[in-house]
Amino acid sequence: MTDTRPTHAKGVNRRKFLADTTRIACGACVAGIGLGLYSKQAQSLPANALRPPGALPEEEFLAACVRCGLCVRDCPYNTLKLSEFNGAGATGTPYFVARDVPCEMCEDIPCVPACPTGALDPKLTRIDDARMGLAVLVDQETCIAFQGLRCEVCYRVCPALDKAISLERSANIRTGKHALFIPVVHSDFCTGCGKCERACILEDAAIKVIPLQLAKGQLGTHYRLGWKEKEQHGLAVEGIIDLPDRMPEAVQ
Amino acid sequence: MNTKGTYKPGANAVAQNGWLAANKWLIARRLAQFGFIGLFLIGPISLWVLNLQDQPTKGIWIVKGTLASSITLDFLPLTDPFIALQTFVAGHILESTALTGVAIVVAAYALLGGRTYCSWVCPINVVTDTAHWLRQKLGLEGGAKHSRKSRYWIMTAALAASAVTGSVAWELINPITILSRGILFGAGFAWFIVLAVFLYDLFAARRGWCSHLCPVGAFYSLIGHVALLRVSAVKRADCNNCMDCFAVCPEAHVISPVLRGAETGTGPLILSPNCTNCGRCIDVCAPDVFKFTTRFNNTTTERSETSCNTPQAPREAA
Ligand code: SF4
Ligand code: SF4
Ligand code: SF4
Ligand code: SF4
Ligand code: SF4
Repeated sequence: MTDTRPTHAKGVNRRKFLADTTRIACGACVAGIGLGLYSKQAQSLPANALRPPGALPEEEFLAACVRCGLCVRDCPYNTLKLSEFNGAGATGTPYFVARDVPCEMCEDIPCVPACPTGALDPKLTRIDDARMGLAVLVDQETCIAFQGLRCEVCYRVCPALDKAISLERSANIRTGKHALFIPVVHSDFCTGCGKCERACILEDAAIKVIPLQLAKGQLGTHYRLGWKEKEQHGLAVEGIIDLPDRMPEAVQ
Repeated sequence: MNTKGTYKPGANAVAQNGWLAANKWLIARRLAQFGFIGLFLIGPISLWVLNLQDQPTKGIWIVKGTLASSITLDFLPLTDPFIALQTFVAGHILESTALTGVAIVVAAYALLGGRTYCSWVCPINVVTDTAHWLRQKLGLEGGAKHSRKSRYWIMTAALAASAVTGSVAWELINPITILSRGILFGAGFAWFIVLAVFLYDLFAARRGWCSHLCPVGAFYSLIGHVALLRVSAVKRADCNNCMDCFAVCPEAHVISPVLRGAETGTGPLILSPNCTNCGRCIDVCAPDVFKFTTRFNNTTTERSETSCNTPQAPREAA
């Protein structure tokens, strides 16, 4: 057999170069895929970690935020924290935990103009329009209002008093003669500031602010609520004559 | 020749030019690196001290933010261009503050040398330099050999990962910002990343992280292609082959073409974008072969009359 290995130095060099390049490229591919997979896993934000006011929707936020901490620095209440490596959500991104320090809903929202990248949307100028999450009274079994006791603490501390949380009266079936005053959250007004969760008197809050996508349901887009349509558009056909209803004989 | 544990690059320079002259750029660099962190730290420290005295205060802030993006004296924005590029490929267009910050940083490093960031600003450089110093001190040798091109592939992979996942991917594990955030905002687990880099450089590979793997340094080197400030082996005729410059240079491959360039007709100017402008070669060279100059000054000087250096046989770099 003849030796077919290239003896020419140039050939050897080119082979070595190709082999080296392939090796590095493969290594980098593996690194890239690893990083991509890790990023998918590391980016899932725990449900109790909320983004600052004005934060873009989570996927856009992760593309936009450079993890600089300027928003954290300009929050006068030390509400915001930066996620640590292997901590809550993507490394270095800002978040807060309502039960620890809620957002005080500053009038001038200093965290938003502090952001150099637009990850906190500069279009947010009224803090009432912020949607950091949504308060949900998750546990009716422990909330003492449901036991018939007067609590209302969450209702009282809410900066959007009577709008984001209202107290709805209903009958106390257990005693048969008292009323229940049930806190009910309205997503039209709740900013997700977390003051209610912070203030809830229970050892573990019965009312919790959770990210909107977890808190909200979504009606099928084909759904039309008849009474709402009627309110908006009036009757479908004008001048309908309402004929007397024919009742079954037994009713007559 | 076994120089294990005993070889001290720069000893000649110390003997001939004095300790200060043989360490001037190293000292300046450390002052700069700690100085930048110090500027960032004034804010949180002043806040802490004033709060101890129960004064309602906002603290004294010179620089706010981190190396990812900062604001100096409330008007000068600076933003890391590699992170900015990742936000771009991930699909976000930055607001004007960050864009201005990127422009200023790119312009500054295009003038001063891209990888000047590495040796004068980046805090990880202190970590890897220390690991290298200890490695030399303990006489550790061997370990993994990666190609110096690996970093460009990793840089590409990080950008690809950003594009595919739609997020700033390298920031999940970037030891530089993890360390600077750790120092400025407090950290627990973050220190393990820094420790990992340290141990890697100490045991696994000589100059492993900064000269072979780090995609941030790789990106800054791209900016450095047009850099104005450069090191030049102006007095290469005086070189006595002590090899100390090769031993201390984190990117030793940039030196030989210019130092030995007389034969091949290459100018004395180090134009390789991987030179970090650390100036350590200037420090340790007893006959003062190197100096900082601009990329337009590609001339040499004649062999000095006063030079008392007799050329030695080339020694193997440690
Ligand atoms: S609105 Fe005020 S309290 Fe809330 S996160 Fe922003 S700065 Fe902090
Ligand atoms: S200021 Fe903006 S870019 Fe910086 S950490 Fe906060 S949200 Fe992210
Ligand atoms: S989170 Fe709670 S306190 Fe804040 S607005 Fe919503 S209901 Fe009110
Ligand atoms: S503060 Fe807690 S216990 Fe009281 S009403 Fe609100 S949710 Fe219920
Ligand atoms: S190579 Fe990377 S880690 Fe090393 S000094 Fe440069 S930027 Fe910092």
